[in-house]
Amino acid sequence: MNAERTVPVLQLRDLSRVHGSGETAVHALRGLSLSVSAGELVAVMGPSGSGKSTLLALAGGLDTASSGEVLVQGAELGAMSRRELAKLRRRSVGYVFQDFNLLPALTAAENVSLPRELDGTPAKAARREALEALADVGVTDVAERFPDAMSGGQQQRVAIARALVGPRRLLLADEPTGALDSDTGEAVLRLIRRRCDDGAAGLLVTHEARHAAWADRVVFLRDGAMIDDTGRVSTVDSLLTGDPA
Amino acid sequence: MSIRHGLLALLHRQPMYGYQLRSEFEATTGSTWPLNVGQVYTTLGRLERDGCVSANGDDSIGEDLQKTYAITPAGRVELELWFSTPVSRARRPRDELAIKLAMALVAPGVDVGAVVQAQRTDTLRALQEYTRLKTRAEDGELSWLLVLDALIFAAEAEVRWLDHCEARLARHRPAAVTAAAPPVHVSTRVRKPVSR
Repeated sequence: MNAERTVPVLQLRDLSRVHGSGETAVHALRGLSLSVSAGELVAVMGPSGSGKSTLLALAGGLDTASSGEVLVQGAELGAMSRRELAKLRRRSVGYVFQDFNLLPALTAAENVSLPRELDGTPAKAARREALEALADVGVTDVAERFPDAMSGGQQQRVAIARALVGPRRLLLADEPTGALDSDTGEAVLRLIRRRCDDGAAGLLVTHEARHAAWADRVVFLRDGAMIDDTGRVSTVDSLLTGDPA
Repeated sequence: MSIRHGLLALLHRQPMYGYQLRSEFEATTGSTWPLNVGQVYTTLGRLERDGCVSANGDDSIGEDLQKTYAITPAGRVELELWFSTPVSRARRPRDELAIKLAMALVAPGVDVGAVVQAQRTDTLRALQEYTRLKTRAEDGELSWLLVLDALIFAAEAEVRWLDHCEARLARHRPAAVTAAAPPVHVSTRVRKPVSR
């Protein structure tokens, strides 16, 4: 592992999120710490209401922590103005959702180039980056199609291209295979895995163990706290010595 | 697992030596269930006794290693029967994990939640390892990928069942078992599991 890959892209430090106050306060997250480095994919599992979505929203600067810190590429989100936060979201963070969230009036290439254009990249350069991003996820052939003319799997690939276009290195995925059949869902996970192997940092929220298994680490949340962590799996040979009888 | 029928299926393709059968078996199942050569020859001996295979070779050397085994018509009938008969759930081994959880509920002082959690973490690690093997096996044989998928889906089902157990436990705490014996400590640190 090279040095760049050991630098955390995302750091969550003693993070808490409380909704409401007093007796009706709901503790969505309780003192959670987690870091995701470049080249690493971390999966978050847990029952409904365990804090998975809150965690993802805080990591992407869509919500504000009650206490604790969120650092994306070393920058602390709590210390940023709204304008700075919006800029960070555009430049550093990519989201992938269950229902793809592509803009229906834009082609695949336009969907991918839009965040770059919003960030001030000239249209021609943004389009070039978008086409490169689409090529990276293997859907160059749908670049000029609108979302309603694409399959679910193609739409999710476009969404992954959009999430990691340009300088973005943090991929936040919320049940990205929820709307896909088993085989297509696996292809999407394989792609997310590959993009992380290529240097992105990924945080994947899922309730499917089979999908979480694509991650380097799986952490479990319950009642807003991390109750377990599989750690990194270092060997793949220990299961090949089963009882042959 | 039926080594007997696995060997018959391989011999249905072509006659083979014992060592050859062993390596073909492992290649087809991705070494998930490695065979030792003794098991192969023991099984071949039984198949020959039952008239399902015939052995050809130089008996003067007196070694099984020199024999080529071929499937017989009776062997083909047994193989066809195997493929056409669903695997019976009733004949599968007892589920140790289900028994363990059932016992944990009735044994005094056992933290069933900790048992569930330790097992889930271990099963997820296994799932991660299978998934990595699958990445490696991407261009491998289809048969090996199917075996890996079987392991992956079975492990996933176990995790889902454990999630379900946890939710059920949270809803329905059983009446405390009278502590006639000292409590059993369950570490949530995962120990080396029993082989799957």
